[in-house]
Amino acid sequence: MIKFRVFAATAVLLGLASPAITTASAENGEVNVYTYRETKLVQPLFNAFTADSGIKVNVVSASSGLEQRIKAEGANSPADVLLTVDIGRIDEAVAAGVTQPIRSETIDKVVPAQYRDPDGHWAGISMRARVIYASKDRVKQDAITYEEMADPKWKGKICIRSGQHIYNNGLFAAYVARYGEAKAEEWLRGLKANLAQKPSGGDREAARDVAAGKCDIGIGNTYYWALMMNNDPEKKPWAEATRVILPTFQGGGTHVNLSGVLLAKHAPNRANGVKLIEWLIGEKAQQIYADSNYEYPIRVGVAINPTIAGYGKLNADSLPISKIAANRKAAATLVDKVGFDN
Amino acid sequence: MTAILVAAPVVSIVALAMHPAPDVWRELTAYVLPLAMIDTALLLGGVGALALSIGAGAAWLISLHDFRGRGLLLWLMPLPLAIPTYMAAYVYADLFEPLGLVHRTLAVWFPLRDVVAVLPNLRSMPGAIVVIGLVLYPYVYLSARTMFQFQSAEFGEAARTLGASRWNVFWRVSLPMARPALAVGLALVSLETLNDIGATEYLGVRTLTVSIFTTWLNRGSLAGAAQLSCFMLAIVAGLIAVERYGRRNVETEFSAESPRLTPRTRLDGIRGWSAFAACLLPVLLGFVVPVLFLLQQSFRRGLLANFDLSLGRDAFNSVAFATLATLMALALGFATILAWRWRPGPLRLAAMNISQTGYALPGLVLALGLLTPVLAIDNGINAIAGWLGRSLPGLILVGSGAAVVIAYVIRFLAVPTGLIKAGYERIPRDYDDSARAAGAGQATTMRLIHLPLLRPAMLGAVIIVFVDCLKELPATLLLRPLNVDTLATSIYQFASRGSFEDGALAALLIVAASIGPVAWLTRFSDVPSGPA
Repeated sequence: MIKFRVFAATAVLLGLASPAITTASAENGEVNVYTYRETKLVQPLFNAFTADSGIKVNVVSASSGLEQRIKAEGANSPADVLLTVDIGRIDEAVAAGVTQPIRSETIDKVVPAQYRDPDGHWAGISMRARVIYASKDRVKQDAITYEEMADPKWKGKICIRSGQHIYNNGLFAAYVARYGEAKAEEWLRGLKANLAQKPSGGDREAARDVAAGKCDIGIGNTYYWALMMNNDPEKKPWAEATRVILPTFQGGGTHVNLSGVLLAKHAPNRANGVKLIEWLIGEKAQQIYADSNYEYPIRVGVAINPTIAGYGKLNADSLPISKIAANRKAAATLVDKVGFDN
Repeated sequence: MTAILVAAPVVSIVALAMHPAPDVWRELTAYVLPLAMIDTALLLGGVGALALSIGAGAAWLISLHDFRGRGLLLWLMPLPLAIPTYMAAYVYADLFEPLGLVHRTLAVWFPLRDVVAVLPNLRSMPGAIVVIGLVLYPYVYLSARTMFQFQSAEFGEAARTLGASRWNVFWRVSLPMARPALAVGLALVSLETLNDIGATEYLGVRTLTVSIFTTWLNRGSLAGAAQLSCFMLAIVAGLIAVERYGRRNVETEFSAESPRLTPRTRLDGIRGWSAFAACLLPVLLGFVVPVLFLLQQSFRRGLLANFDLSLGRDAFNSVAFATLATLMALALGFATILAWRWRPGPLRLAAMNISQTGYALPGLVLALGLLTPVLAIDNGINAIAGWLGRSLPGLILVGSGAAVVIAYVIRFLAVPTGLIKAGYERIPRDYDDSARAAGAGQATTMRLIHLPLLRPAMLGAVIIVFVDCLKELPATLLLRPLNVDTLATSIYQFASRGSFEDGALAALLIVAASIGPVAWLTRFSDVPSGPA
C-alpha cells in the first residue's frame, strides 16, 4: 500500500511537470529527502549512493519551512530524511515533532557524541567553522580570540553580514551559552562599535571589503574562502588579499556549526532512510562532502581538503551543539536589543 | 469562491498568530518594530517615488507623443520586469563595489584609494531604493499606459485652448485622470517592495518582511512571525483604504459622446531626442546593464558551452506553472470584477477586496499559510480513500505541483483584479445602458463592448502575472514537489552558495521566457493614434 502511494505520487508528478522522474521505483525502492542543502550540491552524493545501493533518491530543497511542511503533511508525508545546514534548523525540526530516533550503531560509533543528539533524533554529517578573513597587509596578529573582536583596537576595522543571519546567530548563541546574556550583550556592543560599516552583503563580501581596504578583518565561514580561492577566478583576488585565521574562545576552541541529518517521523521508506544516513557518514561520502564543499568531515580519519587544512589545525570548541541551539533565541533578541544591524 | 481561495492562507496565518507568544511580541515592539517601520516607510516612499516618476513619465511621453525611436521603446520599456530584484541587487553591488568593474575601470586613470572614496555605496538605503526602483517601474508604466492612450482628446484640447502649456496639461489633466491606474501600479510596486527579502537583506535594509523572516527562523517563533504578518496586513489594508478615500468622487470615465482618442504630438529635433533619451535611460539601467552582465558571466564561466540540460527542464517547469497560474488568475480576476459590475453589493465588494489581499502577504508567509489548508485537503482525500478501503493516493495537490500554482494565483490575483477594475472604471455605464436599450444581453455587451475596451488592461495583467510567476521564489521553494525545480529555485541554489554568477544562465532564461510574451503583447497593446 505504501509502495503504491509513492508510486501514485510519482505518477502524478510525471503528469504535471517533471520529465526527469523515471518511474524507477525499482526492486530496491527509493528514499525521499527534504533538504536545506542545495540540490546541486548534494546531487553528486545522491548519485553515488544510488550507484552503490540501487536506491533512487528523490529530493526537494528549500531555504526554510521544510519542518512546517512535514508537519502539515502529517502521516501521509513522503519525507524520509531531512538534511539541514544549521543547528537552528535541526532544533526546529525536533521541536516541531516531525522526527524519530534513528537508532544506528554505525552513527554512534562514527559521529562524536558532541555532534549527535543523546536521544538519537539527529546527527551531524559535516562541520564548518566561523572564522576571520584577515588582511595580509594590515593584520600582523596570527591568533585572535572571539572575545578580542570587541576590543577597541579594532575600531572601524571589522566587516560582517547581518547579525540575524543564521551563521552569526550560531556564533552569538555560542557566546551567550559560554558567558551568559549580560556579558554577551556587552561583547556585541563592543563588536558593533568596531564595525567599519552597516552589516550587509554575504560572507564573500566580507573578504572583498577587506581586499578593497574598507576593513581589516571580515568574518565568514571556512568554505566560502576555499570556494573563492579554487572555484572562481574572478573572486580569487579577494581570497588572495586575505588569510584565514581560526579564532578561538579564551580557553576554548573555534566555533563550528553543523550540517545534520534527521529521520522523519512517518518515513514511508524508513529502512532506506537509515541506509542513506549511514552511507552519508561513510568514508566515501565524507570524502565527496569534504572535497566538493570544503567542509570538515565529521568522520575521524577522512582527509581534510588541502585548502581547508591550510588554515591550520582546527580545534573545535567543545561546547555541546545542543547548548548553542538552546541559546539561539536569546542571541537573536540581543542582536536587536543592541541594534547590531542598524 | 475567489475570496475563499485567497482568504484560506490569511485565516491560517491569523490562526497561527493566535498562539500566544507574549515574550517575543514584547521584544519585537521594543527593539524591532520601530526601526523596521521607519526602514519600510523610507524604502516604500523612495521606491514608489522613483517608480512613479519613471513609469508615469515614460508612459505619458510614449502614449501621447511621437518621436524617433518610439517604436523601439514600446518594446523595451516593460523589460526590466523580467529582472528579479535580488538579481539586480547582486549585479549592481558587483558592478559598483570596490574591486568591481566600475572601480577597476576608473582605477586605470585614478589611484585606487581615491576611487573607493567616490564610489556610491549601494549596500545602503539609497542604494536599495535606486536598484529596486529601476526594476519595478514597469508596473507603473504598464498600468499608466493603458490609461494615457485611451484618454479622450477633448480634455487636453480644452485645456490648451484655455492657454495651458503642454506641461500644465500633463500635471493638471492627464495625470489626475490617470490616477486610478497610477494607484494600481504604485500599489503593485509597493507590495513587490514590501515582499522582497533577497535584495533588501543583501543591501542591508531591515524591512518588516526581513524581521518576520528572522523572527521565525532565529527565535523559532512562528506565532511571532504570524503576528508581525498580521500587523503588515493591517498596514496594507490601511494603505488601500487611504487610496480609496483619496479617490472618492473622482470621475474618470470617458465622456459618453466622444471616445475620440488624443492624437499623438510629434516631437522633432532636440525635443524628440531628449524624449527618447529620457525613456531609454531607465531601460538601460534596469534591463540592458544587468543582462549584459549576466551574458558576460555566462560566457566567461562557460555556462553556454557546457549547457546544463537540467536547465531546460527547469525552464519548462517555470513556464508551465506560470502559464497555468496566469490563465487562472485572469479568469478569476475577471469573474470577480464582472460580478461586482453586474450586481454590486456589500458581499461582492468584500469579495473583491479580499481577492486583492494576496499580494500583501510575503511569498513565504503565504506559502506557510497555504500549507495547512492545502494539506488538509490532501490528507482528507487520503482519509476518505482509506475509509472506502481504497489504496491511498498520496498527497495530490502538493505532489503534483498544484499547490505552487494555487500559491501563484492567490499571490498575484490582485494584478488582474486591480487592472481590470481600473479598466472598467473608465467604461461608462451609459454604454451598458445603450447596449441594453439596443436589445443586447449582458453577454453580448461584454463581448462587443467591454472586452475590446478592456484588452489593454488584460494584456498588461497577463504580462505582469506571467513574469511575476517566473520570478517567484519563496513559495515555489517550499511548495514544489520532489525532484522539481524552476529557473528561480535554480538561481537560488547558486546564490545560496555565494556564487550567484553561476546562475547567470538561469537568470537569462527567465529574461528570455519573459521577452516572448512581453514582445508579443506589446504588439497588440499599442492603439492607433487618434486623428490629428
